[in-house]
Amino acid sequence: MTTETIPPVIDLRKINMAFARPTGEPLPVLVDIDLSIMEGEIVGLLGRSGSGKSTLLRIAGGLIRPTSGEVLYRGAPLAGPAEGITIVFQTFALYPWLTVQENVELGLDALALPLDEARRRATSAIDLIGLDGFQSAYPRELSGGMRQRVGFARAIVSDPTLLLMDEPFSALDVLTAETLRTDFLDLWTARQLPTKAVLLVTHNIEEAVLMCDRILVLASNPAHVAAEIRVPLPQPRNRLDAAFHAIVDEIYSILTSRMTESIGAQSQINRGLAQRLPRVSIYLIGGFIEKLISPPFDGYAEMARIAASFNLQVNWLFPIAEALHILEFAELKEASIKLTAAGRVFARSGPEERKRLFREHLLRFVPLAAHIRQVLDDREGHAAPRARFEFELQDHLDGRDAERTLRAVVGWGRYAGLFDYDDKSRTFRIGQTVA
Amino acid sequence: MLVLGLILLIGIGARQMVAPFVSAHQAEISLAPAALPLYTLRTVMRMLAALAASLTFTFTYATLAAKSRRAEMVLIPILDVLQSVPVLGYLSFTVTFFVALFPGNVLGPELAAIFAIFTSQAWNMAFSFYQGLRTVPNELDEASRAFRASAWQRFWRLEVPFAMPGLIWNMMMSMSGGWFFVVASEAISVGDVQIALPGVGSYVARAIQERDLAAVGWAIAAMTIAIICYDQLLFRPMVAWAEKFRFEQTAAQTVPRSWVLDLLRGSNLLRSINQPIGTAARKITRAQLSLPPGIVHRMTVWSPPRRAVDIIWIGLVAAGIAYVVWALAQFAGAALAWDDVAIAVSNGGLTLLRVAILIVIASVIWVPIGVAVGLRPGLTAKVQPIAQFLAAFPANLLFPVVVFLIVRFDLTPRIWLSPLMILGTQWYILFNVIAGASAFPSDFREAAATFRVRRWRWWRQVMLPGIFPYYVTGAITASGGAWNASIVSEVVSWGPTKLNGSGLGAYIAQMTVAGDFPRIALGIAVMSILVITMNRLIWRPLYAFAERRTRLD
Repeated sequence: MTTETIPPVIDLRKINMAFARPTGEPLPVLVDIDLSIMEGEIVGLLGRSGSGKSTLLRIAGGLIRPTSGEVLYRGAPLAGPAEGITIVFQTFALYPWLTVQENVELGLDALALPLDEARRRATSAIDLIGLDGFQSAYPRELSGGMRQRVGFARAIVSDPTLLLMDEPFSALDVLTAETLRTDFLDLWTARQLPTKAVLLVTHNIEEAVLMCDRILVLASNPAHVAAEIRVPLPQPRNRLDAAFHAIVDEIYSILTSRMTESIGAQSQINRGLAQRLPRVSIYLIGGFIEKLISPPFDGYAEMARIAASFNLQVNWLFPIAEALHILEFAELKEASIKLTAAGRVFARSGPEERKRLFREHLLRFVPLAAHIRQVLDDREGHAAPRARFEFELQDHLDGRDAERTLRAVVGWGRYAGLFDYDDKSRTFRIGQTVA
Repeated sequence: MLVLGLILLIGIGARQMVAPFVSAHQAEISLAPAALPLYTLRTVMRMLAALAASLTFTFTYATLAAKSRRAEMVLIPILDVLQSVPVLGYLSFTVTFFVALFPGNVLGPELAAIFAIFTSQAWNMAFSFYQGLRTVPNELDEASRAFRASAWQRFWRLEVPFAMPGLIWNMMMSMSGGWFFVVASEAISVGDVQIALPGVGSYVARAIQERDLAAVGWAIAAMTIAIICYDQLLFRPMVAWAEKFRFEQTAAQTVPRSWVLDLLRGSNLLRSINQPIGTAARKITRAQLSLPPGIVHRMTVWSPPRRAVDIIWIGLVAAGIAYVVWALAQFAGAALAWDDVAIAVSNGGLTLLRVAILIVIASVIWVPIGVAVGLRPGLTAKVQPIAQFLAAFPANLLFPVVVFLIVRFDLTPRIWLSPLMILGTQWYILFNVIAGASAFPSDFREAAATFRVRRWRWWRQVMLPGIFPYYVTGAITASGGAWNASIVSEVVSWGPTKLNGSGLGAYIAQMTVAGDFPRIALGIAVMSILVITMNRLIWRPLYAFAERRTRLD
């Protein structure tokens, strides 16, 4: 085997990462992750937002040091940003006060080349990426797609061995993203890039299957590798291909089953108070249920199909599905979603009845909502500060998750008439409007 | 021609600054209008020198504070206190020091004046730069680290450009205040040290002695021209140039323009001069100048900060503070009694009352006017530069006119001297309100019009909340300026006539003339404490409230 003789371009071994909680205890975000990328490979890291995939990419780039574990770049330990590793950023990260040319030259600053040599190389990178003629433009004059082209040019100008891409297409509209992806793949398959390996972080399943040779599916809380999937299809790949579909479905099924497992596990801890709630508005829930019950789905749909018919990406679709599953209006199984009896009743009811049903489910299946209501009922004056619940949540969740969960429960509780929340004084209360 | 002329003028100004200075026979200030251009030039030169000093201070002090957590713990509170000390208070203390530093040379008093101007602008420039450094967007920071920029490259290519628009805006604000102090610091007497540096301020001081109202008029005219030139030749081009550093990625609707900058960019001759400078600047900022790689490209380490070192550091700082307090107590205890403290505090109360009432009156007058102007774009374009000019104009040049009137009509100084405090700084309220009203989203206005919101409700629920953050910014500046101005406005004279309005400003001014250092220090301390308290208890909460109220997400 060749793997014996040539070391992987990058090799992450047993990576663990923990951030400090406000209380001081560590909160794990990455657990025992192994990842190695060989020459000639595009490897995808797929997971929902907040699953720690961007953190992993920054560890591979030497920007963050893991709490424990080892990072080997071409066989040698990585001690910081190294020559030969560059990053394409989700938000482009262009310097607005520099022209396209100067932004690209920035990729060469660390090499300390003579000025005209730097200029020549920048120009050829700009040509390669299809931005010829825009050298003197400032980023603010460019469209999103063109800005990301500058980001690519800056990343490849120094002839990197390893290219790290952090959701490079997710800030672009669908068509622009597709064009840029195709252009990049053309350069890659034609071997016009000096780059030996690529790590792509994404939450777009189709994008991962379209581009990668190997996909690691990250399951969150804390992130670990849930599955590794090889994509043996030749480039250029066709989305309508049956084999393509099969892989997409497989990934959906892994992600769904991971999600239901994690919901189940969380409801066991601390009476379910620490359950993460997705921030999904009640109208999105209602709209989704209505869509799901109408033909052609009739209450049952494969996730991949409903995603396609809504044009929803994973980071949109999964929170909605998660909310429905938690509230037991629908059930997730394998790669599909099915309305429960209550979900069907909800779909057929009028506004008042829906409210009543929602309130009932909220009290029964979301322990946090029931807990808040209980506290308010017990208290004299029927008011409680938000900080109290924040504090309880932070025993189990990191700050961002706690914030998101509280916001979700506020929205749901307001709709259900379970309690009211006043943001000025940051207190929950049972008000006059609330029965 | 323009450039050559400027270089020549700077040369002349600088030559005179180092001229020997003999305390006994200082140059007599001439009241002839013909002498004014040269005086104005001297004043402007001081301003430039102070600006250069402030920039140097900003780049070092703020960078240190932003880069080192431990330095930050000490430097930022110090800056906060320094900012609240009245500018002319520094002058009383430092002038003797600077004169002693260069005995017999005019450089000493010159430096003292420059230092006074420096103190009026350095602090908020440093604050703004520090804020800029702290808010460099994460993604740009990561990009610069991922592309392995050295600390030097990073500073010039990322941090300075990012902080630039805020810094230039603050420089402009500081300059507005600076004119006031440059005029106030030229003619001073601390105890038996009498100084009159040639400049517009001394010219006016002399005119007051001689009761020459015409000369005051000439000085006002000269200052007007100087400020307009400064604005057109220096700040307009800088603001227009700094436009490219704005971080927003969308194109702005109205781009600030400057004819001088257009000229600089347009003319072939100037471009050929500029080109080598530009290339050199690029070379310098691209230079690596890196420390050994292990030190520079450190990773972000998520280990908790080392507690032990922190504790030692905090202990050292606390010991330092304790020592300073002890030393001060020794110094003050020998000369001061509790009675003095009571007098200073009661004077402080009087000045506080004045500031509060004046801010209210100025708000009642300028908020409606500002809104009316701000909602009419045509009018805004005309009024805004005038308001900015008025804010920059050193109001102390106008004092003699007011004093003349008070003497003439025999008015009560305690009441009628008060408006002087806010004469120069009320314009901050006006132009901030104008800015707020013109930035008010037009769909909010249209919505209010569609629903035919009633007049009273329109003010209370539409317009006032909309301009509130801007108003608070303006009012903070105005009240800070009023405190500063109290030192020169609560005691004024017209020839032999002295008017005393009493108050903390008057107290400090009198003690300065008497050269009574413990009481100057006491007065300054009381004023600083009052200013800090007011900031903490009123302005900061108001500002936070304004920010929270007007946010949509």
